[in-house]
Amino acid sequence: MKASAFAYARATDVVNALELLATHGDKAKLLSGGQSLMPAMNLRLISPELIVDISEIAELRGIAVNGSVVAIGALTRHVDLLRSPDIAAHAPLLAQAVAHVAHSAIRNRGTIGGSLAHADPASELPACMLALNATIIVRGPRGERRIAAKDFFTGIYETALTPQELLISVELPLPPKNAEHFFCEFARRHGDYAIVGLAAQAIVEAGVFADLKLAFFAVGDRPVLAKAASQLVGVEITPALLSEASLALGEELDPQDDQQASAAMRRHLAKVFLARGVCALLGRTDLDLGVPG
Amino acid sequence: MTAEMQISLEVNGERVDAQVLPRQNLADFLRDHLALTGTHVGCEHGVCGACTVRVNGEIVRSCLMLAVQTQGASVETIEGLSDSGEISDLQAAFRDRNALQCGFCTPGMLMTAQDLLKRCATPDREQIREHLSGNYCRCTGYQAIIDAIEITARRRLEANP
Repeated sequence: MKASAFAYARATDVVNALELLATHGDKAKLLSGGQSLMPAMNLRLISPELIVDISEIAELRGIAVNGSVVAIGALTRHVDLLRSPDIAAHAPLLAQAVAHVAHSAIRNRGTIGGSLAHADPASELPACMLALNATIIVRGPRGERRIAAKDFFTGIYETALTPQELLISVELPLPPKNAEHFFCEFARRHGDYAIVGLAAQAIVEAGVFADLKLAFFAVGDRPVLAKAASQLVGVEITPALLSEASLALGEELDPQDDQQASAAMRRHLAKVFLARGVCALLGRTDLDLGVPG
Repeated sequence: MTAEMQISLEVNGERVDAQVLPRQNLADFLRDHLALTGTHVGCEHGVCGACTVRVNGEIVRSCLMLAVQTQGASVETIEGLSDSGEISDLQAAFRDRNALQCGFCTPGMLMTAQDLLKRCATPDREQIREHLSGNYCRCTGYQAIIDAIEITARRRLEANP
């Protein structure tokens, strides 16, 4: 189908974009890369009255390492993340995850800010933000807010952004040298939305997790930091401990049934990924990969 | 503001000035305004890849980009790539290998394949599959398409080692 009629305004800078949002509120929709917005409009799932095109705002683009953080502008495209030496060096989890985002032609347009603001529970980047302890920076009529990733995603396609606010950038703390990363997802076809996925960052000291963030996606209405991870921190991991954490994970997650997978299948896959992730992060091959319970 | 807007861009090397409605996507603009009907419209939500074109040298889905967004851009369609001879060897390999039947997906396939071959001179079959993963073909079963791209990569390497 074709999108219904709308008015179009090309924002010249952030101030101009915020003025347009202040004037039109939730009748307006921001167009960044358009790779989720345009399908929704073509399918007439949404029909905004005004499209505010922010895609040409140069100040929102780019990757910079500032002191202890990697700052990524909202309009940085997936392909820019894939090719960036700074991302490869300081946020390798993101580079791994982006390779799973859709297809080349879509990664050439889609942006990190668009993906986070869209907040599809099956998309990769929101989960990475949780695993990497990101701060999401937004600007609105009352100034700038810095929102922790864990508070940003509030439901299916829902975030802490108000209709008058614009996502400006994200900041990722530089990981310590002993940080390890793991990413995997299960999808029917390469580039499809995940049926279940896991983005993880661990701090490993002498073979023991000093910190472990397991961000599962496509298992609920938003990405989930598994509480079960805490059972694996500060202790020697044994097969018994891993299966206890796996059971706890299964009870903690509340995945949906849909035409792609049942809730039971999603729970099972999440447990498989937990075990694989723990083994990979610790570089252990001796743990039992069977998934009990 | 839902009125037509003036855009000025380059399409296959030629300057184009046009009036377009904001709601018109690039695929429909190419087909309906410029009669460049080699760009095919399949799913209209970014899944099938039939509408793949190049904008400023990079492949994009023309159904997921508005015509008004191409102000000042350089757009290349399958007609441009075909007429310039840039992909004549790839087209010949598609014919030789029967890598098309109905032909609906072929322009998008050629665009996407050429994008890969420009970036990577010696892709293996897995890399070819991955790069084509966003392009549907409902006739061939893909194997012949992958063969044609693999053969073209090899021949180009032999011609320019």
